[in-house]
Amino acid sequence: MSQQAEETTTVGITVDGKEVEARKGEMLIAAAERAGIYIPRFCWHPRMKPVGMCRMCLVEVKGPRGFALMPSCYVPVADGQEVVTTSDKVKKAQDGVLEFLLINHPLDCPVCDRGGECPLQDQTIAFGPGESRFVEEKRHWAKPIPVNPLVALDRERCIQCARCTRFADEIAGDPFIDFIGRADATEVNIFPDKPFVSNFSANIVQICPVGALTATPYRFKARPWDLEIVESTCTACAVGCRVAVQSSSDRIIRNLGVDSDPVNQGWLCDKGRFGYEAANHDDRLTTPLVRRGEELVEATWGEALQAAADGLSQVRDTHGPQAVAVLGGARLANEDAYAWAKLSKGVIGTDNVDCQLADGLAGEVVLGLPRATIDQACAASAVILMAPDIKEELPVLYLRLRQAALDKGVPLIEIGPQATGLSRYATWTLLHRPGEAASVARALVDAVSGVAPSNEGGGPGGVPVADLSGAAELLGQRPVVVVIGRPSLAESTDATAEALAVLAELSDVAFLPALRRGNVHGALDMGLAPGVLPGRVSLNAGRPWFTAAWGSVPEARGLDALGIMGAAAANRIQAMVLLGADPSSDFPDRTLARRALAGIGFTVVVDLFLTDAALHADVVLPVSSWGERPGTTTNLEGRVTRLGQKVTGAGTTRPDWMIAVELAGRMGADLGFDTLDGIAAEIAVLAPSHLGLTPELLSRSSARDGLVVPLAPREDTGGDDAGPVTESVEVAAAQRQGETLLARSEPIDEDRSLEPGTPESSIPAASAPAAEVPPLLTFAGAEPAAPLRPVDAYSLRLVTSRALYDGGALVQHAPSLAPLASGTRFRANPHDLSRLGIRPGDLVRVTSPRASLVLEAVSDTGVPRSSAVVDFNQPDEGAGDLIDATQPVTEVRVETATRSRSS
Amino acid sequence: MITDAPAIVTRRHGLAESWTLATYLRNGGYDGLRKALTMEPGDITSEVLTANILGRGGAGFEAGKKWSMLGKARPAYLVVNGDESEPCTFKDHMLLENDPHQIIEGTLICARAVGASQAFIFVRGEFALGLERMQAALNEAYAHGAVGRNIFGSDFSIDVVVHPGAGAYICGEETALLESLEGKRGYPRDKPPFFPAAVGLYSKPTIVNNVETVSNLPWIVMNGGQAFADLGVGRSTGTRLFSLSGHVKRPANYEVEMSKTTFQDLIYDPRLGGGIRNDRELKAFVPGGASAPWFGPDQIEMALDQDAVGKAGSMLGSGSVVVMDDTTCMVRAAWRITRFFHKESCGQCTPCREGGGWLDKIMNRIELGAGRRSDLDLLLDVCDNIAPGLSWPPQKTTICVLGPSIPSSITSAIKMFRDEFLAHIDEGRCPFGPPVGNSVPAAAVSSRGDA
Repeated sequence: MSQQAEETTTVGITVDGKEVEARKGEMLIAAAERAGIYIPRFCWHPRMKPVGMCRMCLVEVKGPRGFALMPSCYVPVADGQEVVTTSDKVKKAQDGVLEFLLINHPLDCPVCDRGGECPLQDQTIAFGPGESRFVEEKRHWAKPIPVNPLVALDRERCIQCARCTRFADEIAGDPFIDFIGRADATEVNIFPDKPFVSNFSANIVQICPVGALTATPYRFKARPWDLEIVESTCTACAVGCRVAVQSSSDRIIRNLGVDSDPVNQGWLCDKGRFGYEAANHDDRLTTPLVRRGEELVEATWGEALQAAADGLSQVRDTHGPQAVAVLGGARLANEDAYAWAKLSKGVIGTDNVDCQLADGLAGEVVLGLPRATIDQACAASAVILMAPDIKEELPVLYLRLRQAALDKGVPLIEIGPQATGLSRYATWTLLHRPGEAASVARALVDAVSGVAPSNEGGGPGGVPVADLSGAAELLGQRPVVVVIGRPSLAESTDATAEALAVLAELSDVAFLPALRRGNVHGALDMGLAPGVLPGRVSLNAGRPWFTAAWGSVPEARGLDALGIMGAAAANRIQAMVLLGADPSSDFPDRTLARRALAGIGFTVVVDLFLTDAALHADVVLPVSSWGERPGTTTNLEGRVTRLGQKVTGAGTTRPDWMIAVELAGRMGADLGFDTLDGIAAEIAVLAPSHLGLTPELLSRSSARDGLVVPLAPREDTGGDDAGPVTESVEVAAAQRQGETLLARSEPIDEDRSLEPGTPESSIPAASAPAAEVPPLLTFAGAEPAAPLRPVDAYSLRLVTSRALYDGGALVQHAPSLAPLASGTRFRANPHDLSRLGIRPGDLVRVTSPRASLVLEAVSDTGVPRSSAVVDFNQPDEGAGDLIDATQPVTEVRVETATRSRSS
Repeated sequence: MITDAPAIVTRRHGLAESWTLATYLRNGGYDGLRKALTMEPGDITSEVLTANILGRGGAGFEAGKKWSMLGKARPAYLVVNGDESEPCTFKDHMLLENDPHQIIEGTLICARAVGASQAFIFVRGEFALGLERMQAALNEAYAHGAVGRNIFGSDFSIDVVVHPGAGAYICGEETALLESLEGKRGYPRDKPPFFPAAVGLYSKPTIVNNVETVSNLPWIVMNGGQAFADLGVGRSTGTRLFSLSGHVKRPANYEVEMSKTTFQDLIYDPRLGGGIRNDRELKAFVPGGASAPWFGPDQIEMALDQDAVGKAGSMLGSGSVVVMDDTTCMVRAAWRITRFFHKESCGQCTPCREGGGWLDKIMNRIELGAGRRSDLDLLLDVCDNIAPGLSWPPQKTTICVLGPSIPSSITSAIKMFRDEFLAHIDEGRCPFGPPVGNSVPAAAVSSRGDA
């Protein structure tokens, strides 16, 4: 069977007399390249459709009338095809094309960013003539011109290969750069009334084969031969794009996308590409700070760590461990997260730990769901989207899903409170009233099993029943993948969790969690959430195992971020550690966050910048940023990849794990490791979902795209047959090693001070009965959310979601990105606007039980009636002031503030 | 020799209001369609195969054979190419203005034969009057029941759309035309792998036929393919419309029997061209449109026969014959044609986009007296990089044949009039003096992309 399949998927061709096995349907140029025969090219790009424009890849192909010149990027392989790539005729044609490309090229290589890594330059040196026969005046254009704030265009250097125009149209779906004019007056440019607005714009710089497109933040910063490079994973969001980090003089100055087939396929979003600017910002914290009265003053690490340890110890000893909360951690690497989980849960003893800020889904929910990979989503028979705007929050996942919908015809069914960037490509966009996703999900699942939805009240959640039936028809095949996240931060998590539980009733369904924080999935896996322990196990199930390993774990499930905020506001939390989190700006209910932070007696902030929360902290510990330290990170698929260190940490900053180790020591405990590899080794034998995931395994070339955990099929999770790489032999061995290690070890002595040493010898041991690996979490369903008040004629239900460019620390400290934040706008359905007597552009007063904001009104048909969308966490204000997180849905009233300034 | 072959496509030209339905119906209009509706589609194709009508757009491919190659996928489309833009070619122009109903009738017969479900008539945008008459005729035909649902009460239904071109020469190239029709930039498609008959408009099988080709169909259906094949000699059957222009006394369109008529007849016969203006000497002529290599006076006796002209290293092409007398500067003539192709290159592929501009600049420099002797070899080598081997029919490094059309005039001029080039170079000026009349000013070739 498989042999037969092989026969039909390959064809034999002859290239320069060499027999080559080619994949059916691929182009000659690709088949030749895999066989080691490189055909020069400019316009061909393996991730885009061929155009055959540059003609550099001309080769001779034998046809019915003998050999003829053909572009190898545009001729599909055929059985028995004869190809010649080195004949005099081919050479002359290619030399001719090169000469043509050069006649109008300015040859300003010494001042061109591309010089040194330029395909045109390389091929001219390799194949081109020594001097030009062109004595005429070259073509001139004004240059450079901006196509947007991040990308500059030099039309004189352009060789019109259509890579940028194809990327914008085919890949990004933002076709705002195109050819204008004809003949040798053809230019690439933007449209006069439409700048190249795209979250992906700088990819065109990376794929430009000459220096026509340059990145404004990088222009004239370095020469390629001065750059040092390391491969890493971007953590600006949770997609986990592979990236080449480049530095000069110990400063990161460029990121390039690396083609990781299962993830980003070479692309990056602009935020990920230019986010490194934040690490270079002058506002970076470089020295620890300690509070002396009203002031934060610089301190040594010893002083600061001691102050932090003393403060935390004192609260724990006085008020009990549950008076301590640890918030944040989604910025951390996996090893940091594990160290902090062990410190929080094993040493301090609190389960009031949450890496999310009430903007995601509960750890028990996310970790228990059957997980899909991006590839599985893109090959599913249908994808249900119940997520925020993927184009804004997980941009490269948007590219993948968009392409699956367009190229493979995967139907997208979108359920949400407002239209998103993917709505254009969705077969059905089921826009519902905020907070009512569960009723839509219920009706959809019922319709799949043949129960017709009721049309009562305009359909479930306001979705017309015809749309539901249409969507249900697409769900007849399997598998189905659900992309699940928080479509709106102005409604409770319960509503989403309930809807999710309904969708989980579908057979053969898998989930791709759309949580956006950088390493939120690694943090959840490592136990930085209430009710869970490292390795995707629940607190209860993992108690014996981790008690044996760590000495102790919290007795009861702790509070999540919302609970912690409420408890802090009620003075029941006395000490808080903020791990790269600033609730005063990033918590959906800012009013609650401010009251909570004011009620805390002792605060330790571990961060890159002096945030608002840090200004009121007792101890501030500066950490190393992305690119300044190694480690691993985990993306939304559960794919673990390695982070690269390219530069040294700013000032005296340290990685987060080191701070946890130091604090533990100063609190009288020993985490049992003092190296990053030591932590990784402990995770590989202790975290049930990560068993066998050793640094050695991750460093193999077969793990270049990372490894999806859990590694090997496990009986109790049903297995993941389609997981990309399973190193089952190593995994089994590691599992055995973990078990024997635990079995042969001495009973734990809590007072014993462990000597640092090799990872294996430093792991505290458990007694034999605890040696059974705890089962991984499974999704247990959800409680029904609190009932909603019906919408009245005077109120609008609030919807809020994030944009790629927001008021977050990364964007606001990246000078190139900060100006791209849109500011807070009020968007509503034109029907509602006219009903309220509001014209687009008017200033309106939006009032919730929490606050009142004056915002500009925007008319948007993508917002369903009776809803109001206000952007979250923009640098000016943002919906966080309006949201009452204790309510199922925040309602707002809207009135005209003044007429628009323009009228 | 001038034969007594009947006028086929021009037989109604000259009648009062020949473009109206009334005139058309009075003169046998739509009889061919009525007959075709009674025939099996395959029988129509058989008649056209028997007629062996060669495509009149330029490439000269047998129309019936093309129809037989149509892919099996459906829907299939028919596109009638009326984007006539080749310099000195104006035959379709007249067919559109004088007999639009004949084009509609031919379109419907072709659509019936090949099973097209929609037809498009793509008319050059600058043909204001042609477009107006074409659209008016189509409206009349719809009202008459000749187009639309259940044509003439039969079970045959088809819609026809007149689409005005947007002003690019390249859109006369069939695949660029299809792109333009789809609303995209007029870029020719790479072929192979696919030809329009397999993957055409909207990726569906598509027949693209020239206006003159379909104009012949009503006559062929009425008189039978054999009657058409009886005209002409060998593969070149029927009559053909030639656009005669340049230095002749009577420039015009002439419909003559193929193969039996010669260039001598066309240019000199008093009923046709009537001889060279002012009775001067013939210096050279272009036998088939601006893309065609030139002929000299020694080839004047050649018949208007596709294969004979092809064998002699040129083509009948678009049916345009341009006559140049002995007052013509051949460098300037070749440069003007080069400049046309340079400006009309779509800019998609490198050799044509950059090579066209370069050749234009070199030719202009020579014409202005700033040439160098090495320029001749340079010109030929640059041409060779667009059309390797400089053979005929040309090979190409480009996507479409516009690129290889550029070398035709340059290589012809260098081959036939090398001395004139050398005179320009050695004297440092054009021996024929400054341009007169509507010639282009010397500074016409701008290097500035910014308009």
